[in-house]
Amino acid sequence: MSLIQLEKIARRYQMGSETIHALREVSLTIARGEYVAIMGPSGSGKSTLMNVIGCLDTPSGGTYALNGMQVGDMDDNQLAEVRNREIGFVFQTFNLLPRANALHNVELPLIYGGVPAEERRRTAREALTQVGLGDRMGHKPTEMSGGQRQRVAIARALVNRPSILLADEPTGNLDTKTGAEIMDLFEQLSGGGHTIIVVTHEEDVARHARRILRIRDGLIASDDRVRP
Amino acid sequence: MRLATEMLESLRIAGDALRANKLRAGLTTLGIVIGIVTVTLMGTAIQGLKRGFTQSVRMLGTDVLYVQQYNWFIDSREEWIRQSRRPAIDVIQFRAVERLLTSAVAVAPEAETSRPVKYRDRSAASVRVVGTTEQFLLTAGLAVAQGRFFSAAEARGGRPVCVLGSATAENLFHGEPPLGNRVYLGGRSFEVVGVLDQQGDFLGAFSLDNQAIIPLDQFRATFWHDPQLTIQVKAGGVERLEEVREEARGVLRRVRRVEPGDPDDFAINQQDLFIQTFNRVIGTIATAGLFITGLSLFVGGIGIMNIMFVSVAERTREIGIRKAIGAKRRSILLQFLIEAASICSLGGLIGLGIAWPLTLVLQRFMPATMSLGIVSIALGVSLVTGVVAGFLPAWRAARLDPVEALRNE
Ligand SMILES: Nc1ncnc2c1ncn2[C@@H]1O[C@H](COP(=O)(O)OP(=O)(O)O)[C@@H](O)[C@H]1O
Ligand SMILES: [Mg+2]
Repeated sequence: MSLIQLEKIARRYQMGSETIHALREVSLTIARGEYVAIMGPSGSGKSTLMNVIGCLDTPSGGTYALNGMQVGDMDDNQLAEVRNREIGFVFQTFNLLPRANALHNVELPLIYGGVPAEERRRTAREALTQVGLGDRMGHKPTEMSGGQRQRVAIARALVNRPSILLADEPTGNLDTKTGAEIMDLFEQLSGGGHTIIVVTHEEDVARHARRILRIRDGLIASDDRVRP
Repeated sequence: MRLATEMLESLRIAGDALRANKLRAGLTTLGIVIGIVTVTLMGTAIQGLKRGFTQSVRMLGTDVLYVQQYNWFIDSREEWIRQSRRPAIDVIQFRAVERLLTSAVAVAPEAETSRPVKYRDRSAASVRVVGTTEQFLLTAGLAVAQGRFFSAAEARGGRPVCVLGSATAENLFHGEPPLGNRVYLGGRSFEVVGVLDQQGDFLGAFSLDNQAIIPLDQFRATFWHDPQLTIQVKAGGVERLEEVREEARGVLRRVRRVEPGDPDDFAINQQDLFIQTFNRVIGTIATAGLFITGLSLFVGGIGIMNIMFVSVAERTREIGIRKAIGAKRRSILLQFLIEAASICSLGGLIGLGIAWPLTLVLQRFMPATMSLGIVSIALGVSLVTGVVAGFLPAWRAARLDPVEALRNE
């Protein structure tokens, strides 16, 4: 059974009298353990696809099965639970809570998952150590570099041991060197068995992946397996 | 467990938000602060009034009837004029009632005036002088501290004896033993046979300790031959009040020759009446106070609602982040409700902090204390205000679309 199964997914926006087709008809299957890069020009629908896969956005048409569960049948609460348990998001702009320190940011998914305080703190520490920030737990986002912030975000995405790690242009706000470090981290995580989907428009970044999806105008233009 | 965890997280967020916007939070709570100060002071003052009143009224005796020309509470000027035309209650009527009213445990007349009392070169001005019988000890529920009350024989014989209130005794004798000494009242001399226990004052109006009690016949001989009387009737138990009241009414109608079918031309007052009237008045005051309080809390609540809308708008992105990592609508709702409730509770605490010294000022005028009940009501009210005012903004936050929220800068 595949982890992600999209069947003719469409996402339309109504802007006055005009209909914008962010996704037209996307069918896609991703298996557990895959490392997929999504590429395409700006405005092609990459983020929209990520949001649909991450159960943040509701498609206008088509069906989506995650882990065999029909996402379209879920109510708001169930979607929140799926996001909490199955999905880890990494954003281009990090999206950390500015007033909370690294440890608290990483603890958040566990708080909403109802994990008891002690276990929560331990797990969050482990996740931060895993991304190389064992010595920065008490720092606030404003006291950290971009690369460190993105590492915190990755630790937060991983801390609940989700089925899928979704990263939407994770290196977009980082310099080349730091970006490469983050991609190395993804490489490691992929080696460790995580399912990873990364949106990028840098060929360098995409080369890390085993599969490259190219999107244009809300349609999949190509889907290539890459030999490592 | 999960709810508790989320509540704790919400409290933490609320704390952060308050700390980040101290001035704003402070200004926002102002309405709540004012509301809570009013609630607390109102409540405390009303409780104080009630307590003071009850203490005073208890002196009237719960099972004592006061037969008088006037009702204690008269609604209109016309009624007052009507009652002023009634014949007074005189000594002859009292003697008849004393003889005929068999169901009462004690019946005493009460003639009253205010006079100076002298002892040697000392003088106590405007002492309340009461002319009565030995039964007054029972009907007025007096306690004797030194000596004794005058006896039935002394009362009947109109002996020149008197019983002093504690303050009068103190003023005249300055701690010397008063018993056996003679004091001068209206030019006559009276032997002090007893001193009463301290009683306090009645409704803060006059001191019951500043009095001299003498036999009725002495009163008549010294002051007026035909004084207007109050007849005090002790029923001997609240449960007997109605029965005694009915008999007293019959006796008085007969003695005063009221034609059958005519209304009573006298009043039978009782403590109960006082309490009823008082409760009605205090009820009106409390309602007015509640309205004022409600108004300021309402204004405060609107302020909170406003600031919570601002807070939600400012933190739209944060809401998006939280939703993206698994916060449910309930969690977001809870977060903002707790924030609003925290702001209001803070206001409540500040309000209590301000009301506390003011209560101490109130204490000079009435037996008022800020009770635990009032404190918890005040905190409860501010909490509820917060939850109610915060609901709409929190609801809006909870229903935000996560993708939209995340796009927010
Ligand atoms: N909320 C929205 N309302 C209207 N149009 C939108 C909205 N979100 C995205 N779009 C449009 O959908 C298309 C795809 O957007 P997006 O998925 O963000 O592209 P990408 O991430 O590939 O740059 C774009 O044309 C964009 O303008
Ligand atoms: Mg995008």
